[in-house]
Amino acid sequence: MQTPLFFLHRIVQCYAGRTVLNIDELAIARGEILAVVGPSGAGKSTLLRLLNFLESPTSGVIQFGGQPYGAAYPAPLTVRRQIATVFQRPALLTASVYDNVNYGLRLRGQSPQKKDKQNAVYQALTQVGLIDLAQQPARTLSGGEMQRAALARVLVLQPAVLLLDEPTANLDPHNVALIESIVTELNQRQGVTVVLVTHNVFQARRLAQRAALLLGGQIVEVADKETFFGDPRDPRTQAFIKGDMVY
Amino acid sequence: MNTGDIGYDLAALLEVILLSMQVSGIALLISALIGIPLGAVMGLTRFWGRRLLVVIVYTGMGLPPVVVGLFVYLMLSRSGPLGALNWPWLPALFTPAAMIVAQIIIATPLVAGFTMAAVMGVNPELRQQIEALGATPFQRTLTILTEARMGVIVAIVAGFGGIISEVGAVMLVGGNIDHKTRVLTTAIVLETRKGDFSLAIALGVVLLMLAFISNLFMMQLQGDLQ
Repeated sequence: MQTPLFFLHRIVQCYAGRTVLNIDELAIARGEILAVVGPSGAGKSTLLRLLNFLESPTSGVIQFGGQPYGAAYPAPLTVRRQIATVFQRPALLTASVYDNVNYGLRLRGQSPQKKDKQNAVYQALTQVGLIDLAQQPARTLSGGEMQRAALARVLVLQPAVLLLDEPTANLDPHNVALIESIVTELNQRQGVTVVLVTHNVFQARRLAQRAALLLGGQIVEVADKETFFGDPRDPRTQAFIKGDMVY
Repeated sequence: MNTGDIGYDLAALLEVILLSMQVSGIALLISALIGIPLGAVMGLTRFWGRRLLVVIVYTGMGLPPVVVGLFVYLMLSRSGPLGALNWPWLPALFTPAAMIVAQIIIATPLVAGFTMAAVMGVNPELRQQIEALGATPFQRTLTILTEARMGVIVAIVAGFGGIISEVGAVMLVGGNIDHKTRVLTTAIVLETRKGDFSLAIALGVVLLMLAFISNLFMMQLQGDLQ
């Protein structure tokens, strides 16, 4: 079997003495789309922050590409820069849409010539349908446009891993469809590994190849899409998929 | 050349204005170089002793200039702990350099305190998202300072306001020596003591105009950055 891109081993994350995440084992394969579903407060966003190495776990090890990282040996910048996150509420800089999308490249010293209308920033803006708004101040964008700009600013970085934290939670169906199609295309054409965190079971079913239920900081069940949504073994998964209240 | 009604030599007046701007300008520049990074670190990071440092900075924001003047005076006087060392690079009392030192002590906490408040006001989600885009700690700090630029300018304005108008410290450590350490505020005190109120008022108006023009420039800068 191929070595997984991510392998989480005995991960515990505590805040102020309270355990918010306790994962015994979780493997994420290279090039897959894994949906992590669960109710609010289940620890989904904490899991994404750990996968992005924005914080270190209280205990346990996260292997990325075979290399172990943890509290005592945090992931270096070169590893962090292979992973990008689109957050539920995009926060953009007080700058133009173009400058926002270019920001990550600027951090890497790879800012392209703005005069070049075919550059990577313009390409990413075209991909998300914001090319006409490139020079506008980002604060003038609508919620859906802001989320698309946030997606463009990670697309331009060509990450190996894309982490999505409820990326379409507050969006209209048009924006949802657009973002979902971009994510699918990224995965299929470029082999980008995607971890989607959502409480929207329908979206998880549309996008994912595998799904996991996170409840109270623990993984209840992980299975391929067909099993997870068609024949889940855990009664809590069955209840969650049916739309029952599960805590 | 005489300015006429107010009876003050124009060259002398220009000299006083220039020295005021020079002393406060240099002090503000150094305060900004210390205070902005200090404020950013206090606002963005958590470290041992941070709370104590914040309390010290807040206390420093309300320091009476005359107390600062007294402290610098005692430190730099020949029998003081620093003056006794006779280090050639240490500023001597009754020089513009000593006045600059006193004004740095007054302005730095103001710049640091307001900068800290400004960076803490930046959306915490933006801070996290900047980091998620691959920023180093230095790049992150620089970006947040840029986002908080309006507040940082307010910090600089506050620092400038605190020193251009103060008289206690510069009087004590500068001594108000004609052609050497006389600045606008000390000149106002002198003319008032002499009973020349019209001249004191005229100098006061000049000081107010200088502060007004400086702040107008800062406001213009804020507008450009908006």
